[in-house]
Amino acid sequence: MSKALQINNLRKTYANGFTALKGVSLDVEQGDFFALLGGNGAGKSTMIGIISSLVNKTDGDVKVCGFDLETQRSQAKSMIGLVPQEFNINMFEPVDEILINQAGYYGVPRKEATIRARQLLEQLELWDKRKNMARELSGGMKRRLMIARALIHRPKLLILDEPTAGVDIEIRRSMWDFLTKLNTAGMTIILTTHYLEEAESMCRNIAIINKGEIVKNTSMKTLLSGLNHETFILDLKTPVTQVPHTDEFTITLIDESTLEVELSKDFSINRIFEVLNNHDIRVNSMRNKSNRLEELFLEMVHQNNAENTSEETA
Amino acid sequence: MNFSYQMTALYTILVKEVLRFTRIWVQTILPPAITMALYFVIFGKLIGSAIDSSATDGYSYIDYIVPGLIMMSVITNSYSNVVSSFYSAKYQGHLQELLVSPTPNMIIILGFIGGGVIRGLMVGAIVTVVSMFFTDLNIAHPVITLLTVFLTAVLFATAGLINGVYAKSFDDISIVPVFVLTPLTYLGGVFYSIKLLSDFWQTVSLANPILYMVNGFRYGFLGVSDINIYACFAVILIFWGILFSIAYFLLDRGIGIRT
Ligand SMILES: Nc1ncnc2c1ncn2[C@@H]1O[C@H](COP(=O)(O)OP(=O)(O)O)[C@@H](O)[C@H]1O
Ligand SMILES: [Mg+2]
Repeated sequence: MSKALQINNLRKTYANGFTALKGVSLDVEQGDFFALLGGNGAGKSTMIGIISSLVNKTDGDVKVCGFDLETQRSQAKSMIGLVPQEFNINMFEPVDEILINQAGYYGVPRKEATIRARQLLEQLELWDKRKNMARELSGGMKRRLMIARALIHRPKLLILDEPTAGVDIEIRRSMWDFLTKLNTAGMTIILTTHYLEEAESMCRNIAIINKGEIVKNTSMKTLLSGLNHETFILDLKTPVTQVPHTDEFTITLIDESTLEVELSKDFSINRIFEVLNNHDIRVNSMRNKSNRLEELFLEMVHQNNAENTSEETA
Repeated sequence: MNFSYQMTALYTILVKEVLRFTRIWVQTILPPAITMALYFVIFGKLIGSAIDSSATDGYSYIDYIVPGLIMMSVITNSYSNVVSSFYSAKYQGHLQELLVSPTPNMIIILGFIGGGVIRGLMVGAIVTVVSMFFTDLNIAHPVITLLTVFLTAVLFATAGLINGVYAKSFDDISIVPVFVLTPLTYLGGVFYSIKLLSDFWQTVSLANPILYMVNGFRYGFLGVSDINIYACFAVILIFWGILFSIAYFLLDRGIGIRT
């Protein structure tokens, strides 16, 4: 079976001379749920723009479900459903017509398109709004409308560029559920995000992109198991002035009622409490210092930047 | 995409375009009808009745200007439909709906042009109906009349598309209509026969393509023209060929629409 997406040495230099992609290579298997993670300006949207024919590449190859984007563009295009980062709907068009027209652009006749539109609008809880102009929808509804529009021609590969940016938590959850169900039903999904929990909760494989380069491409499991320590913040019931010393983890006193504990993944969290108990320190509450992925991400990006700098000066 | 898919895509664009301008008919359909009614009353009836018919090949002034006025509304409407629709699709981003789809550029071009032609002809028909309240229309050569008006609508819809591709702001979509299209139309013999002009200005007028369309159309209605009818068709077709090639080239290269 051909891969859902094969990118080989993709480069993009914009007209102003800025190089947004510096030779990116990436494979996504069919049926995968793939995260492309990177901060603002990393090059995610540029990459997606090229895959979906909205941006012209400078160099490299892209294949979608085995179809070469250059030589078999129209087949490649039919395989993709795109939910772009920015709203790109006609605000002065009714919701149902937006879907029916989009189907038409893929050769789906009006009658069939009307049936499909109904299914999708119901699934995405927009059926009540079908006769409304797009501009009358809330941000979350517009985002869901774009998802429906991306699915109307039944693509094999759904690409979402920061789909939950600016969407409130409740709708975000239901969107995650929806996407997870789609994936379970066989759809390959690629999503970009700089919101790390999103990648962690849905995706199986992940690539991290920084300044136009892939700095990590692995499975979510491997990535997470690569985390070798975790930092917790503990709020204490009673103030302390001294912290116990142990070889198993490092404890730092932030202020008299707050401790920071850095724990290697070889040890269990229980040990923290055992040690503290022995010293009569009572804990009120405990939380992660920051998202584990976030730490990892920063670490990786930091390394990458350091390497680049040393190359330049060498 | 096979042929029937492409026809579905084309039909979709056409329906979308027609729905767009009919939804906003108060901006698109009504104004030309009102403007033209005023032209008929003021120029046709009031001022026209004072004009000697020797200036207008023996026809009453209103009969003489009706074809030109219809043509003027066809030109303006087919042009502005495409330029507004294309530019706003670009500006709002939903042109991307088409660009990500397998719809070939040729179909996209034909769809937008088709939308402009439909609006141009629809408004032309309405203006024709309005004119019948002011004068009795006789059409000497129906086939030539229809062919000229159709080709002119196609030509200006194509021109509007090129404008839409290049436009980077809302100013850019009104510059050409205001500074090029309107002057050329007024100087294109809508209101007068160029025989009234001095030799020098007659020759200058011949460089204006709109003169050929207005005269071709007038020939269809009245059987009189300042210009040879074959020359009219030749000019329209040559101009259209040039504009269509430009439009195709621009879209193919993604100029103004892909980064
Ligand atoms: N049209 C453009 N012209 C010039 N530079 C651009 C253009 N679009 C994006 N860029 C630059 O390319 C880089 C990557 O942008 P983008 O792909 O949008 O990043 P991301 O989606 O990861 O936030 C950014 O530095 C951005 O400023
Ligand atoms: Mg982006």
